Amino acid sequence: MFKIVHREEMAQGTIVLNEIEAPRIAVKAKPGQFVILQANETGERIPLTMADVDPEKGTITIIYMIVGKSTTLFGQMAVGQEYYAVIGPLGKATHLEKKGKVVCVGGGTGIAVLHPITRGLKEVGNEVITILGSRNKDLLILEDKMAKVSDTLHICTDDGSKGHHGFVTDILKDVLAKEDISLVVAIGPVPMMKFVSMITKESNVETLVSLNPIMVDGTGMCGGCRVSVGGETKFACVDGPEFDGHKVDYDELSKRLQAYQPEEKLSMNGCRCK
Amino acid sequence: MAETKVKKEKTPRVKMPEQAPDVRNRNFKEVPLGLTPEMAQLEASRCLQCKKPACVEGCPVSVNIPGFINKIAEGDFAGAAGVLWEKNALPAVCGRVCPQEIQCEGRCIVGKKDKPVAIGYLERFAADYARNSGEATLPKVAPKTGKKVAVVGSGPSGLTVAGDLIVKGHDVTIFEAFHKTGGVLVYGIPEFRLPKDIVGSEVATLEKLGVKIETNSVVGTTLTVDELFEEGYDAVYVGVGAGLPRFMNLPGENLIGVFSANEYLTRTNLMKAYLFPEYDTPVAKGKNVVVLGAGNVAMDSARTAMRLGADSVKIVYRRSRDEMPARAEELHHAEEEGIEFVLLTNPTRFFGDENGRLVGMECLKMELGEPDASGRRRPVPIEGSEYRMDCDLVVVSVGAKANPLLTNATPDIGLNPWGNIVADPETGKTTKKGVWAGGDIVTGMATVILAMGAGREAADSMHKYLTLGW
Repeated sequence: MFKIVHREEMAQGTIVLNEIEAPRIAVKAKPGQFVILQANETGERIPLTMADVDPEKGTITIIYMIVGKSTTLFGQMAVGQEYYAVIGPLGKATHLEKKGKVVCVGGGTGIAVLHPITRGLKEVGNEVITILGSRNKDLLILEDKMAKVSDTLHICTDDGSKGHHGFVTDILKDVLAKEDISLVVAIGPVPMMKFVSMITKESNVETLVSLNPIMVDGTGMCGGCRVSVGGETKFACVDGPEFDGHKVDYDELSKRLQAYQPEEKLSMNGCRCK
Repeated sequence: MAETKVKKEKTPRVKMPEQAPDVRNRNFKEVPLGLTPEMAQLEASRCLQCKKPACVEGCPVSVNIPGFINKIAEGDFAGAAGVLWEKNALPAVCGRVCPQEIQCEGRCIVGKKDKPVAIGYLERFAADYARNSGEATLPKVAPKTGKKVAVVGSGPSGLTVAGDLIVKGHDVTIFEAFHKTGGVLVYGIPEFRLPKDIVGSEVATLEKLGVKIETNSVVGTTLTVDELFEEGYDAVYVGVGAGLPRFMNLPGENLIGVFSANEYLTRTNLMKAYLFPEYDTPVAKGKNVVVLGAGNVAMDSARTAMRLGADSVKIVYRRSRDEMPARAEELHHAEEEGIEFVLLTNPTRFFGDENGRLVGMECLKMELGEPDASGRRRPVPIEGSEYRMDCDLVVVSVGAKANPLLTNATPDIGLNPWGNIVADPETGKTTKKGVWAGGDIVTGMATVILAMGAGREAADSMHKYLTLGW
């Protein structure tokens, strides 16, 4: 079970794609849903939103940046090796409906999550304007795939090595000023989602964000993933992972994501020694 | 006969050898050490072998208690385990976590004048002996019936159903959401109260009998109850527990350092965070820990915090000592280990620092008023009694609700207003044909043995259905 059948390195090896055998999940998964993965018996359970599924082949695809102990372990696994556990599909699927003109904003590995949602929004008949951002051109992923499912594609890089020199929010402001947009979907680093939501709130455009807080079980059991949305506590695993971007308390989310920072360092040190 | 009776009355109840409190409160090894064969035989000799044993009536799964104790008295320890297994798939677990004082031992005739026979200790002894010696005789499996049963959830009720129905010749598959089998026995109850290799060994026994286990399967999302029927299952048992933590909805509850007991215990037990960094999952280690609530889960959380190295651990409870719902033994063990009880006290809000980390909480003192619906005296706040208590870790242990993942995906299963599945109290039958339910998903949070009792009744009813019809 959970054998890696395909592996790709992206963004100079900092981002890895795994296509994993998980037939029960593959026939069920819908855009926006996530899985929990565990590399080995002593590993931690890590939530990742699926980048793709192939129900016929019985596989799911995840794309992750190597940032800590668990993603390092994931990244070290070769084709043919198996994950110890993959659980899903978890969370609510994206509500895909024809709205008219929509904007999909992606940053970093958030682009991987954004891809199936963008494709879905396109398939139901929306005109899709996509804005992708990354630190530089080498770290940008899935540009071609996103181009295929978008009517218009904008690229932004922090260093100007490709496309617009600056942030996704610069382009977004432009688009919102010129076009009649009915929905914005933003998936990426927390600050990106926060600033996108601030801008769309000014123009009162419905905005969806996908959150990835710390979780253990992913089924509503632990409450570790709680986020404040419109003053109410929600569990990202079962109430989300997508929420109204205008209502999310991003500062609380950022802080909670740092909960285990000292332990993460300790864990990584041990990992490197081995 | 008369002669032996006289002798029996003279033998005092055996004392369970335990790790000393000041040693055990810093390790995760089991607290009670178990009886020696000599101690067990002597204790077994205290049993009167009643013709109409009240203890059996007090047992939710009707274990033949005089029968297994008699085997121990005779020195046939493996035989004693065989008698236990006739009625109980998990004797090594029950011998450790059952509230015997209100069940079998609470009804023991010896206990009327003396202390009751230590039935729990003896059950544990026989089960441990059989496991360690490998002398256990597995129950006989009836000829295959060709019927397929799906058991959803591998906690105590699911394991009981699986054990009962495999022996009756049905084909049984357990679906477990986590990567490990055992439900609350592995994620909830700590290692020092129930070593996980014991749960593993009880599960292995079921597998030897032919039970199949599919881990990483969340019924309700990975697959649905209806899909189980489509896959050819003839009957489904739902024992998914009470897996949705309650919070108190107080300001500051989302600060880093405030955890549900579910998260705190799951990280520590299932994910083995007490062995971090050998295991990758961390758990917050508080210096000044507060546990809110006073049930068994609260005691488990408090004792875990102490073992993880806390300087001080407080149980903060809004009622008084008499209303604390935890088992007497758990309260006793917690106190021995240096857990402080702060009674008639309720938190009103949590304080954090600039990084969103918990630094303290505001409490209000309470007094007891008139009895409420539960029959317990209602705690009433004393006005103006607010004070600040410093703490860097709070474990909220005020109960759990029904998890809606399975029931949302099974619209034709009847629920009560709290989201618990409605099941016939005698048979466990739900409103959906071919589906039974039991344990915490039906009753709300209760005990391991009550869940097992519900599993036993459901298994009987399922067997009838599979052989005779609905």
